[in-house]
Amino acid sequence: MGNVNLDTGETPVSTEIKELAENMLESLEQGDLGHAVALVNDLNELRDRTLFNEIGRLTRTLHESIKNLNVDAVGAASEIADTTDKLTYVLEMTDKSANRTMDIADAGIPLAQSIADDGRALSERWAQFMKKEMNSAEFRSLSRDVDAYLKSTTAHADEIRTHFNDIVLAQDFQDLTGQVIHKVINLIRDVEGKLVTMVSMAGQVDQITGIKHDLDSQPESEKEKDKGPDIKAEGPQIDTNLDGVVGSQDDVDDLLSSLGF
Amino acid sequence: MKILIVDDFSTMRRIVKNLLRDLGFTNTQEADDGTTALPMLQNGDFDFLVTDWNMPGMTGLDLLKHVRQDDRLKTLPVLMVTAEAKRDQIVAAAQAGVNGYVVKPFTAAVLKEKIDKIFERVEG
Repeated sequence: MGNVNLDTGETPVSTEIKELAENMLESLEQGDLGHAVALVNDLNELRDRTLFNEIGRLTRTLHESIKNLNVDAVGAASEIADTTDKLTYVLEMTDKSANRTMDIADAGIPLAQSIADDGRALSERWAQFMKKEMNSAEFRSLSRDVDAYLKSTTAHADEIRTHFNDIVLAQDFQDLTGQVIHKVINLIRDVEGKLVTMVSMAGQVDQITGIKHDLDSQPESEKEKDKGPDIKAEGPQIDTNLDGVVGSQDDVDDLLSSLGF
Repeated sequence: MKILIVDDFSTMRRIVKNLLRDLGFTNTQEADDGTTALPMLQNGDFDFLVTDWNMPGMTGLDLLKHVRQDDRLKTLPVLMVTAEAKRDQIVAAAQAGVNGYVVKPFTAAVLKEKIDKIFERVEG
């Protein structure tokens, strides 16, 4: 049985079984035990043959599914292999952003602290002045310090505002990692769909061997996005050393200026 | 100066909005993809469009093409702020008529520089 006939043929297995069973019953009623036993053998053979066919079909579909996993997935051929890279990218981006945010906070906290501390000290001295407990030399010194405080507070406030803006900017990782995670989710969904197909095929083999399964067998149909032209959005490039990928904003600017921008 | 910010990620919209505010542009509105943005542009008197590329529904590139085909919008300055970093893509955006292209992740300084450059050109 070198080449398995994948289309089990025009006669469904159940019809063949029914015929054989009826023949067997007839033989038994006629007292022809020898023929009935021969028919039991035929039944066995039929079962084996169907099993072979199904296994052949299963193997082929399994092969197809494995092939499709690589090709159909979310983009490049080795998408599954890329997934670890993608998740590493997510890890790096979130790590970078968290550290950047904390660095900025570290830089900003002392500024806020000095505004508060110096302000508190000055207001104590100001209270003395209001209670007229201050001589003219002390007042001159207070005036100088108030002047300095106003200047430094303005400068500190500007710096803190910049820090706040930088913190906001550091949240850009959410967009970039989000796009990458979407891709990984699509890949997992794809793999899941294909696995469901394989399980349902295994279920068909079970049926032949007599084990009953009830699976809703249809894999999720691939949503075919019609994007029209060849140029598609691909999300962040994980590897900027790849051909055709720009490494930085400077590269973008160079490219655009070469186009007359 | 009325600006429309289009990005499917609300965090990125916030970032861009924040940066623009810091640059003195306080009149901004937001949309989460090209399909929502286009009617806003057609019905509003926007002076500037900042858009992402990769969005569900209508992408930023398609939005750009629609803008350039629309008689009333065709001269609207468009800055693309996107993670798409392939040379082919940048060329395609340039051919579609983009005025500036910023790749994510970007800095406030880069955004400012590109915006200034676009307005220098538009006014010059």
